[in-house]
Amino acid sequence: MEARGAAERSPLAGLPAWVLGLVPLALIAAAVAAFALFGGPGLGERTGPPVEEVAVERTVLHPGEIELTIRNDGPDSVTIAQVAVNDAYVNFSGAQQAIGRLGSETLTIAYPWIEGEAYRISMLTSTGATIDHEIPVAVETPEADAGFFGLMALLGVYVGVIPVALGMLWLPFVRRIDRRWIRLLMALTVGLLAFLAIDATLEGIDTAAEGAQAFGGASLVFIGALASYLALSGVDSYMRSRGEGDRAQGAAGTHLALLVAIGIGLHNLGEGLAIGSAYAVGALALGAFLVIGFAIHNTTEGLAIVAPLSERPPGVGRLAGLGLIAGAPAILGAFIGAAAFNSSLAALLLGVGAGAIVQVIQQLLPAVRDEQGRTLYPLSVAGMLAGLAILFATGLLVSV
Amino acid sequence: MDEQRKQSKSAGTEGDRRFNRRRLIGGAAAAGAALPVLHEVIPHAGLHHAVEGAKASGGSGQGASTNGHHMPGGTHTGFDSSARDVNHAANGFDPSEIVRDLDWGKTRRLASGRVLREWEIVATDKEIEVAPGVHYPAWVYNGRVPGPTLRCREGERLRIRFGNGSSHPHTIHFHGIHPAAMDGMPGVGEGIGGGQIPTGGSFTYEFDAAPFGMHHYHCHASPLSAHIAKGLYGAFIVDPRRGRKDADELVMVMNGFDTNFDNANEVYAVNTVGFHYQRHPIRVKRGELVRIYLLNILEFDQINSFHVHANFFHYYPTGTSLEPSEYTDTIVQGQGQRGILELRFPYEGMYMFHAHKTEFAELGWLGFFEVV
Repeated sequence: MEARGAAERSPLAGLPAWVLGLVPLALIAAAVAAFALFGGPGLGERTGPPVEEVAVERTVLHPGEIELTIRNDGPDSVTIAQVAVNDAYVNFSGAQQAIGRLGSETLTIAYPWIEGEAYRISMLTSTGATIDHEIPVAVETPEADAGFFGLMALLGVYVGVIPVALGMLWLPFVRRIDRRWIRLLMALTVGLLAFLAIDATLEGIDTAAEGAQAFGGASLVFIGALASYLALSGVDSYMRSRGEGDRAQGAAGTHLALLVAIGIGLHNLGEGLAIGSAYAVGALALGAFLVIGFAIHNTTEGLAIVAPLSERPPGVGRLAGLGLIAGAPAILGAFIGAAAFNSSLAALLLGVGAGAIVQVIQQLLPAVRDEQGRTLYPLSVAGMLAGLAILFATGLLVSV
Repeated sequence: MDEQRKQSKSAGTEGDRRFNRRRLIGGAAAAGAALPVLHEVIPHAGLHHAVEGAKASGGSGQGASTNGHHMPGGTHTGFDSSARDVNHAANGFDPSEIVRDLDWGKTRRLASGRVLREWEIVATDKEIEVAPGVHYPAWVYNGRVPGPTLRCREGERLRIRFGNGSSHPHTIHFHGIHPAAMDGMPGVGEGIGGGQIPTGGSFTYEFDAAPFGMHHYHCHASPLSAHIAKGLYGAFIVDPRRGRKDADELVMVMNGFDTNFDNANEVYAVNTVGFHYQRHPIRVKRGELVRIYLLNILEFDQINSFHVHANFFHYYPTGTSLEPSEYTDTIVQGQGQRGILELRFPYEGMYMFHAHKTEFAELGWLGFFEVV
């Protein structure tokens, strides 16, 4: 009571709350401006030479030409003065000026590279530092023309849409079996998704290590995961509040299936990304084996979508929609991966996929509960372990 | 294409003289130099195509990719001739001048009748541009790398006043015959003020010019590899008493720079600037005797070598004999090895010279003679 009285007596009492909120902000801005204006008084000159860090974000090879997209991810600006390929200086164009922090430039190097051979590109900065970039196997980068996008779309359909659709054909089976077995299937789905979440996270961390670190590196995976988890939770609670009047089991099942489809779709986006980027650098053999491997791997994802739909099956159109939500992002991922691969973006997207899956697992867990309300009981644990085992085993069939 | 063929055809048949530098500017130099000789002998439509392609590209290195030639100079590596050059004014020296800059010092006659020859050398710290856009924090004698080429005659008395204006201790260690105290070695000669010369210190080296030959000097402070790699070295030429035949004399110090300090060189060169004599060929006269004083001071690498195109030379190892040891077109030198090369160019044109350790060549140790 006494404190409150003091506040009322203070000279600020007459000001509206928003002004009080803005005052510290204005003071901070003024302090920063003054600090910058006087060049950081009292701090003196920095010691030591500039820190020059450059990441190669993209390598494109055309006959007689190597194109590098580089990004300055160090604190100081960098000038690329000369470029050597396999210990021989070469002509290059682009990046004639200093590249500022987080700035990006494209270097075009005239070089008669030979298919299948390895190259080391050394960029010599104005201070004489070298930034090396390895091309382990030189392969011509596919042109991003209609035929190429057609091929990527076909790949996306093969590894994403068709397997998921096939997996959804388990729906009639799911509808006929006993509740106990439904719970087992849901547990199996949880296991499948847990595997995908782990896989996407590790893939994201690997990918993040390759590119510019200034955007956050591996932390992007976790930021992406958290963001998608929160976003899906928000969407989920919004949908629940709107569907309050219709709390029938079937509606909840459809809702759950949609969430599962979204989570799997985000995962397949990452999968397409991996396929597309591997294809672009020639590291992917587009054989039947790859497609069959992915088909088996992803068919189980279709099962995960239909498992919650045992009570009230939706119409064919709705089912197709769910299948597309889950499978089609593979096509988009393949496009992005092959045409505009950027490891920071890829890491973020893989994290988004992982976070979405975790959210979906959380949604599925109530459906695993038995009559006593237990989530982990022998049958459910067996189902989860089986899910992990299935994806582990089918994952051995593909390597990207 | 037909018109291009005609142009080249006429140029070739009208003789070698037409293939001068102006005609070949923009980068077809290497292919062009070989062209007059090859022109009537070899089926050459493809060659014309390559040359014209390189010309058309204006040295940008693009547009000629279908011919397999990407560099200005047609077939060889090098910096883009249309790109900017090293700033020689900022460096304070120009390899095109260093190559013929023979410093005879100042002389006076002693009471005994002998010639006393004197120089002043100051060591400083200086950032130099060793390839276009690439800067290196060097240590320099008299503001340049290599240091001044000291030239004298056998039997003269030499006096070299050394002042150390660098932030590190240095010495000048001469190759030659002299007393221990004059050897420029840390720990030897400190008693008379020599040995290692601290920052701000000075010392006068004094000894007789012996033996005649092609020698050199360098800093011998510790760590030795750093003090050499940073640029403290130069050529030291002692003429025989009777002198040598008149010739167009060139000094070539084969060196390199470890710009990222990983104990391996990033830039290789003669007289410091990578590809300098590709961009600015050394002009010599047809038929005239050319004498090259060649020194290998390259740090970190085991050997260096010198090869001249389309010609042979007489080689005098260390220059201490008046009889050549070999008639060849390629010689190999370890660090500190040096010698004298004598040759005449019988034909006009552009003739490449480079390390026949091709890695070094493609990292800067490559140039041209332009014979007129």
